[in-house]
Amino acid sequence: MNEFIRQLAEITGPGFVSAEPEERYLYSMDQGTMPPVEPDAVVMPGNTEEVRQIILCANKHKVPVVPMGGGLVLSGLTRALHGGIILDMKRMNRILQVNPKSRYAVVEGGASEGMLQAYLKKHHPELKHSMPDAPPIATLAGNICIHGSGHLSVLGGFHSDMLTGMEVVLPTGDIVRSGSCSVSPDWFARAPLPDLSGLFMGWSGTTGVVTKLGIRLFPSYSHNDMLIFVCEDADLMPDIISRLTGTQVAEDMTPWMTPKPEWARGFLHINISYGAHSKKELTFKRNLLQASVKKYSDQKIAGFLPMPPSEKSRFLKIPSPDLVKFADLRKGGGFEYVGAIMAIEHFAEAYRAGLQIARAYNVSYSMGARIIGAGHAMMFFYAYAFNRADPEDINRAQHALEATNTAALEIGGIPWKSELPAQKQIINKMDPNTFDLMNRIRSVLDPNHIMNPGNWEK
Amino acid sequence: MLNEEILHRCFRCGYCKMPSNYIDLNCPSYLAFRFETYSPGGRMWLLRAWLDGKIPLSKRFSEIMFSCTACGNCTEHCPFPGFKDLLLEAFTAARGAFLDAGRVPAGVRDYLTRMQLHGNPYGMPAKKRADWAVGMEISPFTGQEYLFFAGDEGSYDTRGQEIARSAAKLLAKAGISFGILTGGENSDGNDVRASGETALFEELAKKNTDLFNKNNVKKIITLSPHGFNAFKKFYPGLGGNYQVFNYTQVLAFNMGKLKFRENPDQVQITFHDSCYLGCHNMDYYSPRVILSAVPGLKMAEMDRNKQNALCCGGGGGNLFTDILSSGNESPARSRVREAKATGATIIAVSCPLCAIMLEDAVKTEGLADVLRVMELSEIINDRIM
Repeated sequence: MNEFIRQLAEITGPGFVSAEPEERYLYSMDQGTMPPVEPDAVVMPGNTEEVRQIILCANKHKVPVVPMGGGLVLSGLTRALHGGIILDMKRMNRILQVNPKSRYAVVEGGASEGMLQAYLKKHHPELKHSMPDAPPIATLAGNICIHGSGHLSVLGGFHSDMLTGMEVVLPTGDIVRSGSCSVSPDWFARAPLPDLSGLFMGWSGTTGVVTKLGIRLFPSYSHNDMLIFVCEDADLMPDIISRLTGTQVAEDMTPWMTPKPEWARGFLHINISYGAHSKKELTFKRNLLQASVKKYSDQKIAGFLPMPPSEKSRFLKIPSPDLVKFADLRKGGGFEYVGAIMAIEHFAEAYRAGLQIARAYNVSYSMGARIIGAGHAMMFFYAYAFNRADPEDINRAQHALEATNTAALEIGGIPWKSELPAQKQIINKMDPNTFDLMNRIRSVLDPNHIMNPGNWEK
Repeated sequence: MLNEEILHRCFRCGYCKMPSNYIDLNCPSYLAFRFETYSPGGRMWLLRAWLDGKIPLSKRFSEIMFSCTACGNCTEHCPFPGFKDLLLEAFTAARGAFLDAGRVPAGVRDYLTRMQLHGNPYGMPAKKRADWAVGMEISPFTGQEYLFFAGDEGSYDTRGQEIARSAAKLLAKAGISFGILTGGENSDGNDVRASGETALFEELAKKNTDLFNKNNVKKIITLSPHGFNAFKKFYPGLGGNYQVFNYTQVLAFNMGKLKFRENPDQVQITFHDSCYLGCHNMDYYSPRVILSAVPGLKMAEMDRNKQNALCCGGGGGNLFTDILSSGNESPARSRVREAKATGATIIAVSCPLCAIMLEDAVKTEGLADVLRVMELSEIINDRIM
């Protein structure tokens, strides 16, 4: 291992490799409940060529490599389960290109969501990208590779749907491109080629290291507004969501259910954000949204929450720092959530399962969802806060998460960015031929089995 | 350890690494080293692990702790109201614990030793403290309205002395009544305190307050924002109750007394906020009021400005301990590249430490022909009659 680390230092420079106890400790875990596993070293490449050399070196020494972006996945996916190195990609954080007419950006594999947002605000204020609710230091590559979603997901689907192309260092050290950039200098789309990008999304870093990617951009409106629709009956939610998304004017739609503050307890809220180039257009869109659920408003069994503009601005802040404050609910710096991707008709089942689990495990919860596309799916989340200094509390949250994963799978959903136990649960439910194909693909791409081993294994 | 009960409450969300507009990294040590361990959240988790016996107190851990410049970006941007204000105090307490354990980087040890032996970080005799004023018509303090406190850099550093002379000359031109003490002062101790050496800080503060009180000092003008911070925030608890101003705050109210030359050169400038006038004391406006009153200057703000300003990397004793100065991404080098990107030909500063740090960075970046670091008073002195 010492010789391997010495060679890494030759590749990146000694300042960007560490096998010291401090880095090994801190990179052994994330903010979630998964137990720590120490890597042998942490390395931070500065460019694609350095990534390639690191991967070649790891192959030579048969050392596992775990790619890491912001390290904010919460489900322990960037732990070195079989030892080896953590490849912290955040030095590669440049915005390489923005194409304002074809509306895409090309960024390096460690570029953060926040930096792209700021870059666009400064240089292309007419454009924006879909920000996840993760803190702004989260990376675009990490979020896309886990099939993340965000503030334009009603408009554009999962963030992986917004991907236009990739440059990837394969586990063998080959550098490949997927999408239009493999043929053309432009990174406009994955079509019409065989979609090789799918080889790297949802695989938890087991198939390669993303060093560049293209992402779709969208118009940034001068007028922005949001509405909150409230109802008490979870069974109505699928139809309400279907009606609202049917208008095709919302950018984002996020139902939420939480026992605190008190006024929110027992109600199901849907935040609906939308924008326009003019006040007239904004009013038109608001009217469309309101008309779509008039059936329920007229019956007085649901309705829009009156909101002063000052309150709205809090909801329109993207990303909202309020969300991470949930981690301090138990005054203990921890929260983790199961985000289950599922069809919207399972909303009520999912909600009731969450309430039951929170009661059974006596955990502080917050539930919600992000609607994907025109109601094509949703990411239904169950978030549990815990106190990192209290092993009992962590244990309780862990059990609640396990129960939630089980419930989500029973409902027909699939846990998103699933932690190791949930991966095994998914594999058990998966068509065996699908899992067999995954293994065959991996053995071709990664003959030495060095990429994030331990993930997606039985 | 003081504030250890907050350590595990950090979620490591990373807001502390960035400014509020997310344009770039803004924690000086994280920017320079890039390992998560060098971020404020990393420090919080490492300290918790150390107190729990999970990691040893190593040389590297010590460097991680002492590479923090105490700039305050983390307290400014941490989203957790329950403990954000205590972050820096927790780091200071940890550095104190490291000192108690005898585990500090050699540069820090030498810096604190010089402070202890000589009352300043240069190892210079106290009787030379007023040498910067030799040849100037500055009176010893005999009860004038203000005591002018040049601080360590203004008293002993060649570049700092130039700035002290420039600022004093300008205050005199503006008709401010002030004098200086001619020996026996000690360091204000601001960065000694940030280093965790609270006993030494209190010793320095006691010597200064004894001297100030003996001389019946009521109002102090500091050259350095670091001294301003110490006198204003920490001296009152140690028997030193004065009205304290940074010189820019006094000057801002007296700009009307200065007569500027006609038809000055038109120059594009940018302003680098100092942490101890800005982030720690939230005065972003005195320097800008001054600059806006100077004819011929066109201001171009950097992306990271005011409460989002990037520290030069010199705080917390780092000017002397040199933990943060090397590498392409040292905060000072990153800062001068940002200044260059505005199109400015002058970086205006209001702190002698910033001036020293950024001038070195301008040279290292090879920008000396196109970018000049000037302290506010120097810019004005160049343009008044």
